[in-house]
Amino acid sequence: MNTSESSVRDRLCEALREREEEIADRWVRLQLEQAVLSTDMSEHEVREEADLLISALASGLASDVPVERLVASRNELRQTVIELSLRRARAGASPTATSMAVLSLKEALLSAVQHTTRDSAELFSAAILVNRLLDAAGVLSFETYVEGREEIIQRQSRQLLEVSTPVVRLWRHVLAVPLIGTLDTARTQVVMESLLQAIQDDEAQVAIIDITGVPAVDTAVAQHLMHTVNAVRLMGADCVISGIRPPIAQTIAQLGIDLSTILTRATLADALGAAIQLTDQPAVDAGTARPVTA
Amino acid sequence: MTAPHATGVPILRLGDVLVTGLLNELDDQSAVAFTDELTERIAADGARGVLIDISRLEIIDSFVARTLMELTTMARLLGARVIVAGMRPAVAITLVELGLRLTGVETALNAEQGLTALGWHRMPQPAGEVRRDARR
Repeated sequence: MNTSESSVRDRLCEALREREEEIADRWVRLQLEQAVLSTDMSEHEVREEADLLISALASGLASDVPVERLVASRNELRQTVIELSLRRARAGASPTATSMAVLSLKEALLSAVQHTTRDSAELFSAAILVNRLLDAAGVLSFETYVEGREEIIQRQSRQLLEVSTPVVRLWRHVLAVPLIGTLDTARTQVVMESLLQAIQDDEAQVAIIDITGVPAVDTAVAQHLMHTVNAVRLMGADCVISGIRPPIAQTIAQLGIDLSTILTRATLADALGAAIQLTDQPAVDAGTARPVTA
Repeated sequence: MTAPHATGVPILRLGDVLVTGLLNELDDQSAVAFTDELTERIAADGARGVLIDISRLEIIDSFVARTLMELTTMARLLGARVIVAGMRPAVAITLVELGLRLTGVETALNAEQGLTALGWHRMPQPAGEVRRDARR
């Protein structure tokens, strides 16, 4: 068994080397026929990929690593499959198309082997060998594809988090956070962290949370808002919530959410006015001691 | 005199305001000692305000939170107003997430603002005043 496997492997290797051009041609043609290629990739690029993968396969088969682990352990081969898959993922090919493209290499390889032998037993074991080898490659390409997509999604959601929570300084000792989009636990966390840090850095006395861009307020969102307000108060600053539109005021009242302990205003302008008043009060007291009050 | 010295936290008097702080390791014993010492000092000095700086605290658990609330109540009974100043952002977030409320405790951003709220103002330094230092 072992000897026959190695002889089949030798034969496959030989076929790969001798008929490299032919296999690559056939593979490219197969992919074009199956229409698994997206329009973004030219035939030339596909051909280049094919050459790379076939030479990586040939050198992998020439080594003495077992076929099943060939794709996983041969670095060159692994890298080639990963790159192929990533390139297609970026070009917008579907995951099915990507792994089907890798799997269609089976047919090209087998037809090349068919030319070298007439022995059906040998051909059968060659087919099994090719199957094992390229199934692993197909799975790897699928996995890489999914990972690549996953990474893009994560990066985008991270960017979204950062972009949507800027803390701006509106006045001396007054900060504002315009919230846009729905408020969930993760975003509350980010808002809270950046707001509290900004309060500490700027020695702000009032923080305005503007919810004009928040489409709806339910009990969960109100809970998150209360948390943020409480944290701001613990820091020793005051909090004003602004941008409460009439429909949102109605929802809040109907849901029985108690925001009575929080200073609220309809517009950001009103909130800024209230905030300046809040910061002015201690400054007026201190006016007797502090000569410079503009 | 009982001389409670177990806490090792200084309590300074600035006019009718007492200024003190909490350090990171606050166990049952030192909390009791600190409470004892502070209430004694409030009564003895007739303090009207107390500023507790907690900018060194990296974590506030339910025990510390309760100690702070109790101190506030005790001081109020003795006629003094307590302000807790300088809580770190991370500590505030943890407190809120744990659902711990410092009910009745007044807070300030830092010691300076806390003292201002207690009515203690920095005097403008008169020009030409000679500074005193230890070497003279």
